[in-house]
Amino acid sequence: MPTLQIHTEKQIWDFLKEVTDPEIPVLNIVEMGIARNVEINESGKVLVKITPTYSGCPAMNAIEKLVHEKLKERGVQEFTVKLDFAETWTTDWMTEEAKVKLKDYGIAPPEKTEEEGNFLKNLSSTKVIPCPFCDSFETELVSQFGSTACKSQYFCNDCDQPFEHFKCI
Amino acid sequence: MTTKTKELTQQEAFLTYLLRLADDRLILGQRNAEWCGHGPQLEEDLALANISLDLIGHATALYEYAAEIEDEGHDEDHFAFFRDDRDFTNLQLCELPRGDFGFTIARQFLFSAFSYFQYERLKDAKDEQFAGMVNKHLKEIKYHLRHSREWVLRLGDGTEESHDRVQEAFDELWMYIGELFYMDEVDELMIKEGLGVDSSKFKDDWKKLVEETLEEATLRIPDWDQFMMSGSRKGIHTEHLGHLLAQMQFLRRSHPEAEWK
Repeated sequence: MPTLQIHTEKQIWDFLKEVTDPEIPVLNIVEMGIARNVEINESGKVLVKITPTYSGCPAMNAIEKLVHEKLKERGVQEFTVKLDFAETWTTDWMTEEAKVKLKDYGIAPPEKTEEEGNFLKNLSSTKVIPCPFCDSFETELVSQFGSTACKSQYFCNDCDQPFEHFKCI
Repeated sequence: MTTKTKELTQQEAFLTYLLRLADDRLILGQRNAEWCGHGPQLEEDLALANISLDLIGHATALYEYAAEIEDEGHDEDHFAFFRDDRDFTNLQLCELPRGDFGFTIARQFLFSAFSYFQYERLKDAKDEQFAGMVNKHLKEIKYHLRHSREWVLRLGDGTEESHDRVQEAFDELWMYIGELFYMDEVDELMIKEGLGVDSSKFKDDWKKLVEETLEEATLRIPDWDQFMMSGSRKGIHTEHLGHLLAQMQFLRRSHPEAEWK
């Protein structure tokens, strides 16, 4: 009878770090805060919990599939990937390294999410987002919505470059 | 002779409640998606497609959960593609043809403002999974509200043409807003169980936001006490829903066993 090869939680986390976001290939799903939890029971069965970023994000199905493929490729025999809806993903879960990588990739990283309760008061104000290329604050919002659900479009008036900003939610 | 009415169970009420929320979002998402490739400018084309994607995403999550609550082996596609117009309980507001850009924006603003206040309260629902999805969707609703409100201001306080057209849109939409605050035995039971919200509690907040926005946009506020349409939560719709469903459902119904590979 074949026995299950037992993996440690650390190993599973390392495997998950090899899975990158299909839309933003410089980031992996651990630093994105998408992979939330790894549990291994006594018989070695692995449970991975991932949480969706945007509800309509088409990359989510792809990410789930990539996790399956990665765990199989790494020889994890028995595992379940569960989409966890009870937790609400926020850009605050993104690691600092991930934000630096985003900026280097040309996407202005998300800043800290706004305080609850200020939303209605600040309906008309737009935040100043520094340009990821030249760090100028002379930028303007072009549209709240961009090429993917998670990004908005800006323009830098100093270096005359359009750029994307990872929305903070 | 008295007719004995069967008492509404919590399961039935919760299922109905989830379907009403989901139907609003699916139908409005489908309407907004009609702009894909037809937006007045590239950024707006993307924005409306994004909002559609969010709304359809919200509907999918709600339908999936509804299927779980119903427990009859259905999935989200069953609710979206295999029910007829009388089974849909979306607001008539959501099914109206997309009209011009001003109409689409005016409707989105009225709906997103309502959703914002509704979801702000629903996020404390006594059901972890439901509250979780509400919290997630609320973040996206805020973007929809911000965006549609900015466009109402820009169109209303823009050119004479844009002002007149968005004014006309609000005038036309007005008789469909009464339904936003419709409540029946389903809502009553949900409120009692801590799963639903009492929309009369935030009606004033919603009206205030709408009034302030229209005033800032130099638009006239239509009469709050005018005739209002009703019936959609019981499956009564305008003639437009059937046409929308025909277009949305025909492919799935022609190939009921088809699967994405």
